[in-house]
Amino acid sequence: MTKVSMTVNGKTVSGDVEGRTLLSGFLRENLNLTGTHVGCDTAQCGACVVHVNGEAVKSCNMLALEADGADVGTIEGQANQDGSLNVIQQAFQDHHGLQCGFCTPGMVMSAAALLKENPRPTEVEVRKYLEGNLCRCTGYHNIVKAIMAASGQDVSSIAAE
Amino acid sequence: MYNFEFEKPSTVADAVSALGGEDAQALGGGQTLIPTLKQRLAAPSTLVSLGGIPDMQGVCIEDDGSVAIGGATTHATVASEAAGSYPALAALAGLIGDPAVRNRGTIGGSLANNDPAACYPAGALGSGATIITNTRQIAADDFFEGLFSTALEEGEIITTVNFPVPQAASYQKFLQPASRFALVGVYLARFADGVRVAVTGASEDGVFRWSEAEEALNKEFRQDALTGLSINPANMIADLHGSKAYRAHLVSVMTKWAIEACM
Repeated sequence: MTKVSMTVNGKTVSGDVEGRTLLSGFLRENLNLTGTHVGCDTAQCGACVVHVNGEAVKSCNMLALEADGADVGTIEGQANQDGSLNVIQQAFQDHHGLQCGFCTPGMVMSAAALLKENPRPTEVEVRKYLEGNLCRCTGYHNIVKAIMAASGQDVSSIAAE
Repeated sequence: MYNFEFEKPSTVADAVSALGGEDAQALGGGQTLIPTLKQRLAAPSTLVSLGGIPDMQGVCIEDDGSVAIGGATTHATVASEAAGSYPALAALAGLIGDPAVRNRGTIGGSLANNDPAACYPAGALGSGATIITNTRQIAADDFFEGLFSTALEEGEIITTVNFPVPQAASYQKFLQPASRFALVGVYLARFADGVRVAVTGASEDGVFRWSEAEEALNKEFRQDALTGLSINPANMIADLHGSKAYRAHLVSVMTKWAIEACM
């Protein structure tokens, strides 16, 4: 076992892990941060997306030891300080951007990464950015709509096809 | 996956030394290697991460105008930092996988793996790049040796990849939408001294140059120059996504699209 330390949602954490421990496993099993979901465990579905030093990564496809010293953000750190939903989370609720909710943590984390680099994306840009996030319920329309709304754009003309 | 020791050296020399251990394996961004380990298709005793070596990071322009990319540079970094100096290559990097994969996957990892459907082998071979390792320089023409096989020796590390910048270039990728690899991809680069056409995703032997098309385009750089030329389907990949004949046909179509994009 090797000691790993990192900052997760602003708090310094550490734990003993094996070489093969994935970042997703460290977050879920060592830290009990089970909001990061593991859907496919093959880096296809994107339910496990977290931020590492500000960049979206698939935490099931990164070793925990690779994140030693990193600044990690998960869905548990997304809410506002007073506990209310942040603008992206609120938009997902307002626009019915989730059904079963399993993909939602990854969707929200990807959306946050997108809006950081592109604060007013077009619909096409949102869809392209979500290529690595699969949702089997919604058909994506309301997810795209929610992210457009979270970016402050008028979505009244975007139909839920 | 089986367990292993993990090392993350901060210099190339320390990485080479760590890779000298028995069954040690280099780890780039892990976007292929980690899934491979999960399937127990590889079982290294030690994984040596190349992600902590500052000398292997980033994109810079050399005095001769070529673009040098550190072996551990991520696809996302190439997509943004090479956009001004070598737009076709930056565009290729921006089409690999998805955004989260591009934030981890590296150019050195992709080239060393030489997946027959990966994008970077086409970019390197099509550009006539030089693969620089800790011991030598290898021309792209001598680097790719077939399916998942390269000229790299055991423990050899790609430290830099140097790309001469052509007058015009284009990468046309016919996407296999589930894997996000190329069903067929063609990288075409037009230099003052000739045209290079590299094809990925198509051949059972991995990336290759379509020399007949290069000869025809050297005489006349237009789509019609390819009339009458075709790829022999015999050595093409066949799977549920496309037959040999379909892939052979796509090579011609992607090459024509690339010519159009370079006009």
